Amino acid sequence: MNRKLLAGPYLIWMIGFVLIPLALIFYYGLTDRSGAFTLANIVSIATEEHAKAMWLSLGLSFVSTLICLLLAYPLAMILRSRGMGRTSFIVFIFVLPMWMNFLLRTMAWQTLLEKNGVINGILSALHLPVQSLINTPGAIILGMVYNFLPFMVLPVYNVLCKIDDNTINAARDLGANFWQTLFRIWLPLSLPGIISGITMVFIPALTTFVISNLLGGSKILLIGNVIEQEFNKSGNWNLGSGLSLVLMAFIIISMAILAKYDKTGEGSMF
Amino acid sequence: MKKRVSALSLAALTAASALLAGCGSGQEAASSNAGGASKGAGELYVYNWGEYIDESVIDQFEEETGITVHYDMFETNEEMYPIIEAGAVNYDVVCPSDYMIQKMRENDLLAEINFDNVPNIDQIDPAYMEMAQAFDPENKYAVPYCWGTVGILYNTQRLEELGVEPPTKWADLWDERLKDEILMQDSVRDAFMVALKKDGYSMNSTDEAELQQAKQDLIDQKPLVQAYVIDQVRDKMIGGEAAVGVIYSGEMLYIQDEVANLDLGYSLEYVLPEEGTNLWLDGWVIPKNAKNKENAEKWIDFLCRPEIALANFEYITYPTPNKGAFELLDPEMQNNKVVFPDLDSLKNSEVFEYLGEDADILYNELWKEVKSN
Repeated sequence: MNRKLLAGPYLIWMIGFVLIPLALIFYYGLTDRSGAFTLANIVSIATEEHAKAMWLSLGLSFVSTLICLLLAYPLAMILRSRGMGRTSFIVFIFVLPMWMNFLLRTMAWQTLLEKNGVINGILSALHLPVQSLINTPGAIILGMVYNFLPFMVLPVYNVLCKIDDNTINAARDLGANFWQTLFRIWLPLSLPGIISGITMVFIPALTTFVISNLLGGSKILLIGNVIEQEFNKSGNWNLGSGLSLVLMAFIIISMAILAKYDKTGEGSMF
Repeated sequence: MKKRVSALSLAALTAASALLAGCGSGQEAASSNAGGASKGAGELYVYNWGEYIDESVIDQFEEETGITVHYDMFETNEEMYPIIEAGAVNYDVVCPSDYMIQKMRENDLLAEINFDNVPNIDQIDPAYMEMAQAFDPENKYAVPYCWGTVGILYNTQRLEELGVEPPTKWADLWDERLKDEILMQDSVRDAFMVALKKDGYSMNSTDEAELQQAKQDLIDQKPLVQAYVIDQVRDKMIGGEAAVGVIYSGEMLYIQDEVANLDLGYSLEYVLPEEGTNLWLDGWVIPKNAKNKENAEKWIDFLCRPEIALANFEYITYPTPNKGAFELLDPEMQNNKVVFPDLDSLKNSEVFEYLGEDADILYNELWKEVKSN
């Protein structure tokens, strides 16, 4: 009885903040303005602009996830090989920017990348040509990588810490070189961490609209921007919800693909 | 109107909470102003743009009348509309823009204001009551609060460096030499206004061919555009990021002050384009489901008082339609043509109208095509 009572707040939370909103999104997504059932909102993903925005989002978030992984994995390996005391300091430094608001950090990048921004200021002081950095897909990827990198580092680092040194030593004993150890021991054993890292980077990157607004100058339309526009500017909640459902489907599909590789089920959402 | 708290995340949050609020709509309003806390002279639920009032004015109103004011803010007209429509919270007095007032009126969401309770309506210059007839033909539903124009802000030195003459018309924003130097407004109607006016059409056009042409113009212009922004135009122009920007006249007082204070080495000038522009007007309206209509009228009357309108003008810096407040200003400000342009210089200008749902959808579709191109 007591235990059931303790579960109460979570139940209320789940119903109030997960199930009801989700049901509303389904309701709006599957109806038109008059409230009649329709699939038009879902099908509209196939229109040229929406499909383009969707592919662009998928592309940009794929690239940022890959960059995050390539940056985070060696770092996590370095962290693991260091002594405990120093490691926790490095991890602390890494997490430190997250104490500041995400929006502010992205706006700071705006100031750095601007035409008269800090980076171009340094370049022109060195008599180097000024670059146009902001309002490009590259700037959006930079923003995504910068903001989401800690979400890749931490799970990978955690899972690497759990690998027994003896496993690595055994591999080296048996004559495996660095690359063989990496591909046969490190990577397979750290897969759950990699997968949860990918999940935690890919999903926010796929759905973001703030980063593309601030660093893309609103010139680059991602699917998140389309949905935001439908809710906040066009006032078409039905279309916005329909597209959100499509986006959810894409996320579920990518999670399902990942789950296939994660046999232990530690890292995935299923 | 367009003074928005530039927190995008906030917008996302409010959208989420609006969704939640929407679910409890319909039969019964959630607000509890009927029972319980009915102390003193009652309550008033106000819904206004962010940063769109001198907050000490609210305190003064509460002190004078004994009415408890519940003050909420919105960021876009589109965000406000579904909340009023659903009636989740019974706001008593709201301050939307021109075309949105029309939409609310046409969808029967507004109550007629009883002007016997608003004697200070005399203080509003009749010229603006006439302007308001664009969206409220008989002046029955809305009391003008702030107005202004949209124009081109340009950086004189930057244009000189580029060898481009100062702009005088919208068509100048299609000058190839301004590549990556233009800041456009990131909102559907404002962006299309620029293109439609350039082509000599009405900015309230619903003609598909005209809109297609405007869309093509905006696509052609896109390589020249540095970014589509809303409030950032102001800071980016002050920071010397771009040579020209489309901006609301209300920002100009702040910009003039900043430019004077910062010793920037360049000057920023504002021009009203020849082809005519958007003349916008925000006004107070009372929703039909308001529970404290008389208090709402007291509120509107209070805001029309010249000293109060003056305090608000000094805070918001958007032109006031209140002639009493205008007379209290010093002559230098009265002659500031950027803030208070001569009304006859606005001959070609129009007020945004609500174009109906189909046109709304068409505009949004075309805008997405521009953005995704």
